[in-house]
Amino acid sequence: MSLALDKPRSPRRPAARRGNGELYSWLFMRLSGLLLVVLVLGHLFIMNILDGGVHKINFAFVAGRWSSPFWQFWDLAMLWLAQLHGGNGVRTVINDYARKDSTRFWLKMLLYVSIVLIVSLGTFVIFTFDPNISN
Amino acid sequence: MTATAETTAGSRGSQPPVPDGAVTVTVKIRRFNPEFDDEPRWDSFDIPALPSDRVLNLLHYIKWYVDGTLTFRRSCAHGICGSDAMRINGVNRLACKVLLKDLLQKGDKQTTITIEPIKGLPVNKDLLVDMEPFFEAFRAVKPYLVTYGNEPTRERIQSVADRERFDDTTKCILCACCTTSCPVYWTEGSYFGPAAIVNAHRFIFDSRDEGAEERLDILNDIDGVWRCRTTFNCTDACPRGIQVTKAIQEVKRALLFKRV
Repeated sequence: MSLALDKPRSPRRPAARRGNGELYSWLFMRLSGLLLVVLVLGHLFIMNILDGGVHKINFAFVAGRWSSPFWQFWDLAMLWLAQLHGGNGVRTVINDYARKDSTRFWLKMLLYVSIVLIVSLGTFVIFTFDPNISN
Repeated sequence: MTATAETTAGSRGSQPPVPDGAVTVTVKIRRFNPEFDDEPRWDSFDIPALPSDRVLNLLHYIKWYVDGTLTFRRSCAHGICGSDAMRINGVNRLACKVLLKDLLQKGDKQTTITIEPIKGLPVNKDLLVDMEPFFEAFRAVKPYLVTYGNEPTRERIQSVADRERFDDTTKCILCACCTTSCPVYWTEGSYFGPAAIVNAHRFIFDSRDEGAEERLDILNDIDGVWRCRTTFNCTDACPRGIQVTKAIQEVKRALLFKRV
């Protein structure tokens, strides 16, 4: 093959890593963004505008909502999508703006830890929520 | 006629007479001489210029009559070769395509024009940057016709419609205005950059070319098209009016739907 003579004087660039990781990450951002528009705006309307707005929210209201699997799923989907979508976006920002490799590494660690913490805490609460807990 | 080692003299001797209608403008240039400077510095020059002058004329005036050590690239000086890309008043332009009258302040206010080297490439001296990383990315996308099988005995025929698909990206002159206006390129040195993607686009969408898959594979990489954040700086910077961001999006679409 003549591949060796393709561009004889060009400096070596590491071979392209085959795989569609970046494509899927890009696609995820678009799709999750679309879903989040519905989920977050719906959430905003229900919680803050309709039916007396934010004043109606109390323990009983949340307990009533989470007694339905539909709202549990809604909140779970919103939590996961928002965390992963936002996390991926901040990862990109860190990649762009961090000047030193060590800064980049630690900022990303902080980001990942916070994502895992919030996602697991939220998931834990949604699944183990007990409406009969005494105040 | 006396040649001196004086650094403040121009390379062509004394200043010519100031023409009628000339205005005095301040040209502020970001300079760097690797032999003396640790850090880049700003130099200001007050020079006479006509509104019909191009920024390149101002640089010539400074180099020829004020300070011969000023270093910049230019070849054809008519917007064809793409040598004199620089950051003029904060945006990437070809110095030979920007007219002074478009930069003049309204009224009697003093006009200051800032000129910097294009960002994201190592500065060798003054406005002269090392273009090698830029051309390395260009070469990496195989910007030449790739075909397999026997060579045809006649020319490769192409319909007008097929030609139209990549017509826009054939206009690229590799001046690096787009790539060095890209915020992703500034900070992430390994991103291919808009210019390389434009030149890949030129062949990916060419019906005579058979290397589209190889190029798409290369651009699907972590440093490829997915880094593009559609800030449109590249489209704004292109002195040839290429719809750069659109070309990048077309490559993304080809990757997404596995179809050229």
